[in-house]
Amino acid sequence: MAESVALIDYGAGNLHSVENALRTVGARVRVTAEPDAVRAADRVVLPGVGSFAACAGGLRAIPGLVDALEERVRAGGVPFLGVCVGMQLLADRGLEHGTTAGLGWIAGEVRAIEQTDPAIKVPHMGWNDVAPTAHAGPAIEAGEAYFLHSYHFAADDPQAIAAMTDHGGGIVAAVARDNLLGVQFHPEKSQAYGLALLTRFLEWRP
Amino acid sequence: MTVRVRVIPCLDVADGRVVKGVNFVDLKDAGDPVEQAQAYDAAGADELCFLDISASHEGRGTLLDIVRRTAQVCFMPFTVGGGVRTVEDARALLLAGADKVAVNSAAVARPELVGEIAARFGSQCCVASVDARRVGEGATESGWEVFTHGGRRATGIDAVAHARRLAELGAGELLVTSMDGDGTQAGYDLALTRAIADSVSVPVVASGGVGTLDHLVEGVRQGHASAVLAASIFHFGTHSIAEAQAALRAAGIPARGQSGEGWRRPR
Repeated sequence: MAESVALIDYGAGNLHSVENALRTVGARVRVTAEPDAVRAADRVVLPGVGSFAACAGGLRAIPGLVDALEERVRAGGVPFLGVCVGMQLLADRGLEHGTTAGLGWIAGEVRAIEQTDPAIKVPHMGWNDVAPTAHAGPAIEAGEAYFLHSYHFAADDPQAIAAMTDHGGGIVAAVARDNLLGVQFHPEKSQAYGLALLTRFLEWRP
Repeated sequence: MTVRVRVIPCLDVADGRVVKGVNFVDLKDAGDPVEQAQAYDAAGADELCFLDISASHEGRGTLLDIVRRTAQVCFMPFTVGGGVRTVEDARALLLAGADKVAVNSAAVARPELVGEIAARFGSQCCVASVDARRVGEGATESGWEVFTHGGRRATGIDAVAHARRLAELGAGELLVTSMDGDGTQAGYDLALTRAIADSVSVPVVASGGVGTLDHLVEGVRQGHASAVLAASIFHFGTHSIAEAQAALRAAGIPARGQSGEGWRRPR
């Protein structure tokens, strides 16, 4: 039987888009917020759109969920994928709507994209490069993916940066460490590139 | 490179059917918005826009079903506009699977609605639509005025000032349609597009009047748009999405270069 993917349901807006995309590439998805279901999952996907503060609050509002994620993903080492704000939540803190603590699994903070040039529009909205770094791992390949965000992950450790993109300066497109993968772009909205990335995530054996 | 200029086909939908749609030969039902959306997804459209022009309440009910079915089979972002009057309207569309909602007339009557939607769901999913006509500088400060009801009803509101206000209230993107140009195939109102694009920090989508691929290029070069929306040239098969993206690239504008290939549905 195919491995089970726990898709964390904590009120994030893109939940069903991510679910559709995962199912399309053959994943057995369980949409859940139950700590026990997270503990039984073979892989975990954390979606997220909206503000860092709202998403972090939504995650913590579910009793036992963060503990279960810590246990299964951090201690248990199952492959984890964070998407957009789900990726940003890996950081120590986010600065959107005040300072909010993140999961703190990958060192760094989530800051506003600075508008250095009036021609560089914020939100960073649309298709842009995913340029893998030397630390990309097998799931991240070069291509074009759809981004939609006004804040970005400023990672402390260069070795945790898996891919970059450019929008008036370098923006972290993906972070990775051990069994953790986070993508700033939306694979569920990135047509062939995104579906291929999800396929590679499902095959990933960190 | 940098973020690509988006090429966005727009489908007008009334009572659950595409009013003006694409003539893809292999569609089973050319009036089905979901089939059309899938065809554009396969063709590599950067985004899609559904504009609901249903007159009746019943017609609008079918929209949610279309959005739900589209979200299940399309893997590109899509915006839904037309008849969004409340935060609840926006919520229903987003829950059904829309990535962004466009607010139009309701934001003319009450611009704060844009701020309410942005505060609740994030600026990234809140598109503010501005339908404008050129009226001359004697009539409004900028020379463009906001019109509603498909361009028939004047509001007395300065279009550029209105656009700026909506961006300040939290719109993550502005969809600027020239009602003079709409349907004429004579090109965007470049001065209008540029006046708004240069006065806001958020992306502007140029809309209304595209008849040739050069019009798309002008929309970016002279109009300073971040995205170009068109209907007829795609629907009637005059040009493909790939041709539009190639035309932008040929003009030195960053546009997407890949087709929908490279991934196959697993058995």
